[in-house]
Amino acid sequence: MTDTDILVEVRDLKVHFPITKGVIFDRTVGHVKAVDGVDLRIPRGKTYGLVGESGCGKSTLGRALLQLTPPTAGEVVFDGVELTTLPAGRLRTMRRRMQMIFQDPMSSLDPRQNVESILTEGLQTHGIGAGRDDRRRIIGETLDAVGLPRWALSRYPHEFSGGQRQRIGIARALVLGPELIVADEPVSALDVSIQAQVVNLLDELQDNLGLTYLVIAHDLAVVRHISDVVGVMYLGALVEEAPSDRLYREPLHPYTRALMSAVPVPDPDVEDRRERILLAGDLPSPANPPAGCRFHTRCPWAQPTRCVDERPALREIGASRVACHWAEQIASGEVRPHKVEVQVTRPLDEGENPQVVSAPTEPGSYV
Amino acid sequence: MTIAPGKKKQKIDRLAELAARDDERGVSLWQEAFRRLRRNPAAIVGAAILTVFVIVAVVGPLLVPFGPSDTIGIREGLIRPGVIPGADGDHWLGYDHQGRDEFSRLIVGARQTLLVGVVSTLIGLAVGALIGGVAGAAAGLGGRWGRWLDSTLMRIIDMMLAMPSLLLAVSIAALLGASLTTVMIAVGVVSVPVFARLLRGSMISQSNSDYVLAATSLGVRKPKIALTHVVPNSLAPVIVQATLTLATAIIEAAALSFLGLGNPDTAIPEWGMMLAEAQPYLDIRPGLAVYPALAIIVTALGFTLLGEAMREALDPKLRK
Amino acid sequence: MALLEVDDLCVTFSRRGQRPVRAVDGVSFAVDAGEVVGLVGESGCGKSVTSLAIMGLLPKQPGLRVGGKAVFDGTDLLQLDDRSRRDIRGRDVAMIFQDPLSSLNPVIPIGLQVTEVLTRHRGMKGAAAEKEAARLLDRVGIPDPKRRLKEYPHQLSGGMRQRALIAMAVACQPRLLIADEPTTALDVTIQAQILELLKELVRDSGTALVMITHDLGVVAGMCETINVLYAGRVVETARRRPLFRQPRHPYTVGLLGSVPRLDAGRGERLYPIPGSVRDVLPWPDGCAFAPRCSRRVDACVGEPPELVLSHDDRAYRCVNPAPLPGVTPGADVRATVPTLAEPGSVPAQAVPDDPPTVPGLNPAPREEEKP
Repeated sequence: MTDTDILVEVRDLKVHFPITKGVIFDRTVGHVKAVDGVDLRIPRGKTYGLVGESGCGKSTLGRALLQLTPPTAGEVVFDGVELTTLPAGRLRTMRRRMQMIFQDPMSSLDPRQNVESILTEGLQTHGIGAGRDDRRRIIGETLDAVGLPRWALSRYPHEFSGGQRQRIGIARALVLGPELIVADEPVSALDVSIQAQVVNLLDELQDNLGLTYLVIAHDLAVVRHISDVVGVMYLGALVEEAPSDRLYREPLHPYTRALMSAVPVPDPDVEDRRERILLAGDLPSPANPPAGCRFHTRCPWAQPTRCVDERPALREIGASRVACHWAEQIASGEVRPHKVEVQVTRPLDEGENPQVVSAPTEPGSYV
Repeated sequence: MTIAPGKKKQKIDRLAELAARDDERGVSLWQEAFRRLRRNPAAIVGAAILTVFVIVAVVGPLLVPFGPSDTIGIREGLIRPGVIPGADGDHWLGYDHQGRDEFSRLIVGARQTLLVGVVSTLIGLAVGALIGGVAGAAAGLGGRWGRWLDSTLMRIIDMMLAMPSLLLAVSIAALLGASLTTVMIAVGVVSVPVFARLLRGSMISQSNSDYVLAATSLGVRKPKIALTHVVPNSLAPVIVQATLTLATAIIEAAALSFLGLGNPDTAIPEWGMMLAEAQPYLDIRPGLAVYPALAIIVTALGFTLLGEAMREALDPKLRK
Repeated sequence: MALLEVDDLCVTFSRRGQRPVRAVDGVSFAVDAGEVVGLVGESGCGKSVTSLAIMGLLPKQPGLRVGGKAVFDGTDLLQLDDRSRRDIRGRDVAMIFQDPLSSLNPVIPIGLQVTEVLTRHRGMKGAAAEKEAARLLDRVGIPDPKRRLKEYPHQLSGGMRQRALIAMAVACQPRLLIADEPTTALDVTIQAQILELLKELVRDSGTALVMITHDLGVVAGMCETINVLYAGRVVETARRRPLFRQPRHPYTVGLLGSVPRLDAGRGERLYPIPGSVRDVLPWPDGCAFAPRCSRRVDACVGEPPELVLSHDDRAYRCVNPAPLPGVTPGADVRATVPTLAEPGSVPAQAVPDDPPTVPGLNPAPREEEKP
């Protein structure tokens, strides 16, 4: 993977949100370590998938990569340019090359803008297109690319269905001709039959335009479907990274195994056959993560030594990178799973928990 | 249950037509809100009341049969101690205690009421929206300095909110001396904190929305985002509040007049003042108090009905 | 006779000045004791309204009409007055909702909310009720139940809240449990825990479970009989394996083709259903799925398709269902999906191997009922 053309490189990225208290003067009483030291590389033209449960910091990572949330520490190198230290003006110019697709197509579109205005905004900001007609041509081509009819231009977001709205969101990102697209839960707010349309569209666009994707989702099946490489996050850090197929065939980290076994497969035979690894309890609070391996409180393979006091680094095993002290022994069956006592975790105060944005929004089920 | 082939063909054609979709223009949120408003009977009633009120206020004074300060009753010797005559053929609502035509005074008073209501609400809206807008923009988009500016402005607003509104208005009126301008300023100032808080809150919640993040990721500058996205989307509740404030402004202006802090120019009738003047004659002619009171109530009701209907029409949660 | 038999359930919302909306249109299904039945469909298909109608929980508003029957153990739930319905609710029939936080009262401790149910339906009081409540929380896997009883819903995590809600639902050992998207708001690892818990409850106590979800993976692992809903109608009913192996209704075929599978390779093509649920026929009769259907024929837009009972204990509401492999040579189920609809190209009739269409909207007879 080192010899390929790397478009984005993230080095030891950290995003810590202060937890503040106080009536008149805010004082910082702690930090939510939403992202706590992540290294990853995305090759040009490929898709990097990031999975994890809500609160694992995957959305924050995506935003920090695009400098929408200022990182606390670390570097983001985009095509040779370090973004974290870039002056605001130059960063704005760079934004043309990296765009974002949001989870909720309704809330990510300004309800008072019609589609034409939504698509023109970015063009105007970056001075793309000579005059109105040229812009109209660019917008028209983009609409074709995402499969929206021309009459959509004069319409407003609320007049479209969920899937069409997501297409508008994709068009907005695409119209600037970006190289990187960060898609944060691009399909989780959509109905099943619509999800597939959008997934196929993303695939198609990548083939035609050579886009590079960072796809962030909680749905492992979706991520595996569109990604070349998948990174699994747990409590602000990567626990495993592997090529898509290898991750499914040979999950090395205990958390990946548990996650994999928890995803329901629409096939009764598979469902009946497989063995579930049920994790005990909930995700610990990212404000007060466990010492040592962050997963050891829920890990069925946790060992009394090392796991509790030494935080495992990502290390290469074959084509994968794994942050587990005992990955080889678990793979060979040397270390056996055991029962885990449930530890109670408190949900963080809603208002002070900026990273819980990736919870799957339910498809509206009432009428 | 079988259908004639011709009809079936029609249906298939219709299906194809539907797939091709027509080319009509989109409906913006405002247009859709207006459509919903038109379907709401409360809005229709409110709008009808207000239309009548505005027409009366604008053209009424030109058409009234008698001058509002023409003391016909005294001239003709109809007013004697303990006697205020009621309605007769020419004077539909009778005379007031000075023998002036009550109906003409009510009509001419409408203009005064409308003027005070609209101007004071505009004062409150302008000042409140300015403070709230600055605070909201500072809090939603700014960094450390933005937060500081926002808290400072909001503490000032909190202090204003802590004072009872009528007391605040009375103090301002007493401080500046009684005049029409004073009434407008006093009533306007009272509604400043309401508008400021509303716009700020609305802007902050809009600033946290995904489309603001999307605009940021497009590379749009922060001031432009505030002006083109945040403010327009925060205005709906402010407009609703303005309509509702018109009702309270009218009532408050009447209250100030009632307390003798209104327009000192007694030549121009005003509903609150008429109400105050009618007080000593409640036992002889209760109608003198009832008519202006009814006028105030109905007008305020009109604004409230329309305001509530607008709130419903603009509420995104009620959208299908 | 099954424990719950829903027959021709119709729910219509009508608003002044608007065309009435048939949220649920002739839904029929049956649940036996100890059986898990799934209602699957996308948003707007009427699955939640169905459950709310059965429970009598639809908000009372003018213009709401509920028709049909929902016979639970000999009594028609739809005909009950409020009082006796409340008696049945919680004691015999219980419901679990999607969002545990909004289903729990935020200002009352969990313990009190559980004991309330025990007092109301089982007449338990004081220490006995508290002890039972603690036992229930322990039963649903909440650690340190005695302390949890005194805590408020916001102090628990999402998974724990859902467990508390399940504890309340099973407090009176109901004979029927209706779970409306019980795991949609939860993470996958927590979802797995909750599903396992529900399975256990069904296995241990013989409770019948109606599982309402949009997730085909969830029903594949849990439900014995599955009803697929589209636009307020049951479009296909089948046992679990036949449904997933040989879906007949084009909508079911489409749904299965749309879901990316964990065990499929990278880039394996998905076959989405074109259009969206919003595309409906501009007239009320005819198959609601027709505008999106790849197997549409003339007959689809004429009249509502009747329920076809197939030879293998299943039923579907389609005039041109996906052929069974082996019966129609060379027609693979998946291969029918991506082809574009060509109206008028296929003769409008049911597939020949099916028995004649049953008139009316009777549910398919189930294995258990047959002599």
